[in-house]
Order: sequence, then structure tokens, then C-alpha cells
Amino acid sequence: MIGINNLSRNWKEFSLNIDLHIEEGEYFVILGPTASGKTLLLELIAGFYHPDSGSIMIGKTDVADLLPEQRKIGFVYQDYSIFPHLNVEENIEFGLKLKKTPRDERRRRVQEIMDLLGISHLSHRYSLTLSGGEQQRVSLARAIIVDPEILLLDEPLSALDNQTQNMLRDELKRIHHEAGLTTIHVTHDQTEAAMLADRIAVMIRGQIVQVGAPEEIFNSPANAEIAEFVGTENILAGIVASNEGGLTTIEVGAHVVEAVSGYSAGEHVRVCLRPEDVAVSVGTMAFQTRHGDRDHRESSVRNAFHGTVTQMTPYGALTRVKIDCGVVIVALITKQSAAAMGLTMGSPVCVSFKAAAVHVIG
Amino acid sequence: MQTLTPKHDRLLIVFLLLGLVILAFILTPLLHMVFGQLISNRSGLIEAVNDSAVIKSILLTMYTALTATAIAFVFGVPLAYFLARRDFPGKGIVESVIDIPIIIPHTVAGIALLTVFGAHGMIGDPLSSIVRFRDALPGVVVAMLFVSVPFLINSAREGFQSVDPRLENVARSLGASSWDAFQRVTVPLSARHILVGSILCWARAMSEFGAVIVIAYYPMIAPTLIYERYISYGLSASSPVAVLLIVICLVVFIVLRMISAGWRRYDRD
Repeated sequence: MIGINNLSRNWKEFSLNIDLHIEEGEYFVILGPTASGKTLLLELIAGFYHPDSGSIMIGKTDVADLLPEQRKIGFVYQDYSIFPHLNVEENIEFGLKLKKTPRDERRRRVQEIMDLLGISHLSHRYSLTLSGGEQQRVSLARAIIVDPEILLLDEPLSALDNQTQNMLRDELKRIHHEAGLTTIHVTHDQTEAAMLADRIAVMIRGQIVQVGAPEEIFNSPANAEIAEFVGTENILAGIVASNEGGLTTIEVGAHVVEAVSGYSAGEHVRVCLRPEDVAVSVGTMAFQTRHGDRDHRESSVRNAFHGTVTQMTPYGALTRVKIDCGVVIVALITKQSAAAMGLTMGSPVCVSFKAAAVHVIG
Repeated sequence: MQTLTPKHDRLLIVFLLLGLVILAFILTPLLHMVFGQLISNRSGLIEAVNDSAVIKSILLTMYTALTATAIAFVFGVPLAYFLARRDFPGKGIVESVIDIPIIIPHTVAGIALLTVFGAHGMIGDPLSSIVRFRDALPGVVVAMLFVSVPFLINSAREGFQSVDPRLENVARSLGASSWDAFQRVTVPLSARHILVGSILCWARAMSEFGAVIVIAYYPMIAPTLIYERYISYGLSASSPVAVLLIVICLVVFIVLRMISAGWRRYDRD
């Protein structure tokens, strides 16, 4: 287990204060926006910086005062940092040479790991001639071959194209599964985090603000800032009107939103809703929910508002639709749906979402 | 690199023409002297080659310049690395201090050195029973070192700065001590800068005259010998020695430059 206790380090214009516990063999992702201190945290764990205070426990040993070479921590940087004066094979065997591993064993292990990562054909190539994906594999092979206890990955997929990202994401998961190596992976990419992580820590401005399973982070962000960062684009301020056995009625402007929460009447809250949880329909409204104008139909959908499309932006296979309902709600729908409904700017629509899709924060 | 075509690169053509003026300015006196000597006074050149005093002074110059470069390397490269890797209050001042020998007149440098390394100087005096600097070989080395060391430090620092510290970090994570990371990663990647700095340092030391004659007129290095022959016997006596020095320096310089070009290992594909 890795225990990072009250770890702090101050730079001129930035400070880190971290408490974090990571289980052995876990694939742990630190998710945070750019300049939140993710890389600095990894560098502190690796020993490239010395903390001002606090401890870094690996098992029962505090490694905060150990030199980087004594910590048995593998590191893969965002730019992969392949030694440009060495070829692929020499890069990978760098650590083994330092350990004075006999030449035959060195060659055998290098060949094994190159085979594992499918880079044997690159053995005599130099970094300048390698693609991002190839460099990433070399960097991984070089870090893993020395049998580290922990592997630190600093945004390892961010410099790659989508296709290579998908491929290497699977590969990272496979390697982690096969090696059982405790891995700390930092990224700003939520998809990457969601797909790889056993657990996620959200890091903002040098502090860990929430730790949990991916579904917990994405569906129940602890505050508005986290909600905004993890892609909950609809964050609406409101006041709780009532709470009957957990079914909470919240006044949001002229609308009423039903949600499931523990908040009581009179409390100021924020209603968080992911764009992919919002349905858009045209034509006869299934129902609407307004002050004094309720029309409950037989449906599990508890919330629906009238609105007008104010913006449509392509988003891969999807379209991001902004709808003005008095409050602005963003929905993500497929391009086919948008076309079938004939959505254009100014189209009158109805947006609807289930109470269970709403996450309420204080 | 692009080929120059008048249609697309007028600016570069203009810049090239302006640059050619400077190249001509450098080459004209040197070529005029060398070819003038070869055409009109070849016998003088042959005499210079056979003159043991001339050969001895050239060899002495090369040897003392090499010694100065070796000392500059041992003490200058660590300083260059420190400056490349650490920020500290007053760093700008330290960097300016390193450049002082380039700025000040070299006769002034010679006088300053004499006050320290002379018989009654703060270093020369206590060391007088072991080593003499005034009119002695160590004096020549000290003068050469003083004026040439900035070239090595600045070039090496530039080289170290061009090596991403993350490469050293990765090496450390793979089990390298800071010394291992320095010698296995940083030095190979900045070797060309260090070599070029050493060549410049050596070349500058070879050409030093002003500081050397103040502290050590004897033993006579080549620039001093040329000056002495010019003052005593005129241009015709000094010119063959000068030509010989130019040719030898040029050959050595070109060979070292070629070696340094081959050290760009990390650029190969």
C-alpha cells in the first residue's frame, strides 16, 4: 500500500498538500485539469523533488528521504523521455546495465519485454524515428523491465491520436493485469480515467478533492467545481422546496426539478445533470413540469421543460445541443437523432430527464 | 535545409550578400598573407619551418593552450552544469563574472593576473618556493586560462541546458545515481557542446598575446615570437612564422570541428 500523509511542498506560486492512500496492485488514476499539480505529485512520489513535510509510505517504509534510485518506482513521462543517444534496445536495457545484470540475461529479458509490447522490430531504431505510440511502448518497457514496485504514468496517452490511444489504453490495462503492478496514472482525460481506473482521485489546485470509484466520481461529484470538471455541464442553482422520503423537489428559476437527495426544504443546492442524461424530443410534449402546471403521465421520467434550441455543435458522432428553457440546458444526442427530429437553431423542443439522473450538491 | 531560390528567398539572398562582406573581411588579410608568402617569399616559409625556435614556440603554444583547456575543463564543466541546473539569487552576477575575461582588455587581464600570481602576489608569493609564474610556463598557462575559460563554460552550460532534466529523472528512476545519470545521459547528449567549447577555449588560448606578454614574456609562445620578430626585424621576418601558425591552427581546428560534427549521435536517424 502507498500512503501519502500530509505531504506538502511549496513553490513560489504553487503549493501541494496531499493525503492519499492507494491499495497494492490498484490502478489508481489522478484526474485533474491542467496545472493542478498532477505531474509534480508524481515527481514528489518518485523522489525528484523533496517534500517540505509529510511522509510517503510504501508498505511500511517511509521513502520521503530516499533517493529516486532507491525507491523502486518506474516513471513514464508524458513525452516518454526516450534517451535520444541510445537505440530502443539500449534504452530498455539501461536500468539492467546499471544493476550489472549479466549480458545474456539482459538480452533475454529485453527481448521478452520487446516481444510482450510488440516492439522487437524497432530494437535498433532511435527515438527520432519512432511514432508516439512506439515511444510510449519503449518507455513502458524501459520502466517495467527493472521490476519496480510502483509504476507512475504521467499523462501517457495525451500525445497520441485517438486510434493509438484506444489501443494503448487496452494495453496498459492488460500489462497492469498481467504484472499486478501498483500503478498511479495522472491524466486530465475523463474517458481515460473512467476506462482504466479502479479508483480515481480528483486533484484541483494542488489538493485531492475527491476519491472514489469512477462511477462515484462521475455520477456523484462532491462539489460544483468537480462536477464542472468531470463533464457535468448542467449545474443549476436552486432551493429545496420539499423532501418526501428522499424525493426532493427543487425550485430552479421558474422550474421545478425532482431529484433524489437528502437535502431539506429551504436549503440552497446545485442541481447537476450530465448532458448525456438529457433527452430531447419535438412535437407533442409527453408532459411538462412547471410551477402549478403538473401533468404526470405514466413514465419514470420526472422532469421535462419546454425550450428553444440556441446552439448545435458537432461532437464526434454526437451533437451537443444547447436549449434555452429559461435556464440553459445542454444535451448530447446522436447526429441521427438530431437529423430525424429536424433540429435547427430556434426549433421548439422538450428536454426531459429522470430524477435519478440528477445529482444534488450543497 | 532549403535550397536558395531567388524567387522565394530574396531576404535570405540579401542576408547572404551582407554576410559575404564579413566573410571577405575575415578571409582577405589571412589569404593575402598566406598566398603572398607562398608566392613571393617561399624561402622565408621554409626557413621558418626549419627554425627550431619557431617550431619550439608553436609546440609550446599548443601545449600550454592544451594545459589551460584541460584545467578549464576540470573546473569549468562542473560550474557549467551547476549553472544550467540551478537557479539561485545572484546567478546573473555569477554569469556576468564568467564573461568578464571576454570583456576586459587582455593587457588589463595580464596586469590583474600579475598582481595575484607575481612574485609578491597573494598566490604567487606563498607558492614561490614551489612554482614560479612570472616569465615561466605556469604564467603562460594562467594567462591563457583566464582569457579562454568563458568559452568552455558558456558552451558547456548551453549544452547542459539543452538536455531535458526529465531524461535525468527517468535515469534516476531506473536506478542511476546522480553521477550515473550525468555521465550516461547528460554528458553524451551535451558532448558536442562541451567539445566545441573546448575547441574554442583551446583556440582562444592559442591566440592569446596581451595577457601572456605581461605575465610571461618568456618562454616565448608563438604570438610573442611573431611580435618580437616584427618589432626587431620587420614584417618579412614575422610573416613566415605567422603563416606557419595560421596553417597549423587551421588544420587542427578543422580536424577538431569534423570530430565534433560526428559527435551529434542523437541527431542520427
